[in-house]
Amino acid sequence: MPTFFEKRELVAPGDLLAEGDYIAGENTYKENNKIYATRIGLVEYENRKVSVVALKAFYIPRVGDIVIGKIVEVGVSGWSVDINSPYLALLKASDVMERTFNPRRDDLTSIYDVGDMIIAKITAYDRTHNPLLTVNEPGLGKITRGQIVRVTPAKIPRIIGRKGSMINMLKRETGCRITLGQNGLILISGRSLESERLAVMAIRKIEEESHTSGLTDRVAEMIRKEKERVKNE
Amino acid sequence: MSKNPEKLINEKGLRLDGRKPDELRPVKIEVGVLSNADGSAYIEQGKSKILAAVYGPKEVHPRHLALPDRAVLRCRYHMAPFSVEQRKSPAPSRREMELSKVIREALEPAVFLEYYPRTSIDIFIEVLQADGGTRCAGITVASLALADAGVPMRDLVAACAAGKIDGKIVLDLTDTEDKNGEADLPVAMMPTAELITLLQMDGMLTTEEFEEALNLAVQGCKQIYEAQKEALKAKYIEIKEAVQE
Repeated sequence: MPTFFEKRELVAPGDLLAEGDYIAGENTYKENNKIYATRIGLVEYENRKVSVVALKAFYIPRVGDIVIGKIVEVGVSGWSVDINSPYLALLKASDVMERTFNPRRDDLTSIYDVGDMIIAKITAYDRTHNPLLTVNEPGLGKITRGQIVRVTPAKIPRIIGRKGSMINMLKRETGCRITLGQNGLILISGRSLESERLAVMAIRKIEEESHTSGLTDRVAEMIRKEKERVKNE
Repeated sequence: MSKNPEKLINEKGLRLDGRKPDELRPVKIEVGVLSNADGSAYIEQGKSKILAAVYGPKEVHPRHLALPDRAVLRCRYHMAPFSVEQRKSPAPSRREMELSKVIREALEPAVFLEYYPRTSIDIFIEVLQADGGTRCAGITVASLALADAGVPMRDLVAACAAGKIDGKIVLDLTDTEDKNGEADLPVAMMPTAELITLLQMDGMLTTEEFEEALNLAVQGCKQIYEAQKEALKAKYIEIKEAVQE
């Protein structure tokens, strides 16, 4: 039962990853007992499971995910939200209201208007229906300050790092509040514009070099150097 | 430019551009060249220059085209007015519409369309300069643009043509060779599984010649396939090496 690549080696769609008694994990498929990659990414062999950590992908909703979205339409009984995914998400008015929603009395645009950004959680989704959102939990709702960075959703796990090592380091070093949307949108709000700029820079670096090793240390070093440089100016 | 040369193959057995019969034109591929598209790629195969962009998967517009069980793949092959010697009208011609269809059908088997129902994946192929073999090069770049967009695929699709000029079977015809030759045989395939996704022919070939031409085209596809993979990985390998110096 051979495997054909080194661990964490770069693979392209159609590359033969393993042959024999293996299980096809993420971004792979099995045919005639052979496992192939379906996306460009880094191959992982874990026991019997073969998977590919994609370097570029789009966001497919999953129940329980925190996402950052933009209101694109105000309807009669709710909002349509662009969550950077192939599917538009729905947020129902009844979810936001304390009392029962009355379309004659309540003006939805006064709560969220087109163009507003929100942090929300996905409560229901299957491929036959568009995802349903909720903002009825602490930390969710309209975004009032900060800036938003877009990365490819495949890289969110890398920005979190192993057991949150990367994201914790980022928060510590920059002093910013960072909210990661699983859909590839990241909200950064800090005390100063300078600290926000630093966080954005770090995230861009992680995005670009996500497939290399020793990244957390390099990013930490970059932030320190950048702080030093600003201090000396 | 030489028009209608008398001989397409000289005494030494070389073609007009100095290639051997079984030699491809020089291929240069770049992936991720456009920042506004979800995925993109650019190819230069000899004098043919083609750009491809991919958008999606995204909501289908108009809505009624959406399929409940899979994504729709839409493809537009278009030649720029300046891509040929006589200005071409920018309106889609009969030929372009047909090519859009066959290119779409050549790519469809490679894409996991059933993963993303009710969405569309749109491919735009823009021929900037045409010198033969644009449908094949179009398929080659479009499959790279799909991979660059992060669309899951069974395999990349590589395409290459073979044909017959001056009574000899040759690989990768130029425009002049195509117009003055006896036959042209474009082939697209998924090389890993050795599945052919496009096979067309114009002109006349005997059964033996057809087999020879098909085998030659398949060999050409495999060479293109290697170039495709290299181009797709190049961007990432570059960064990795820069980091590790």
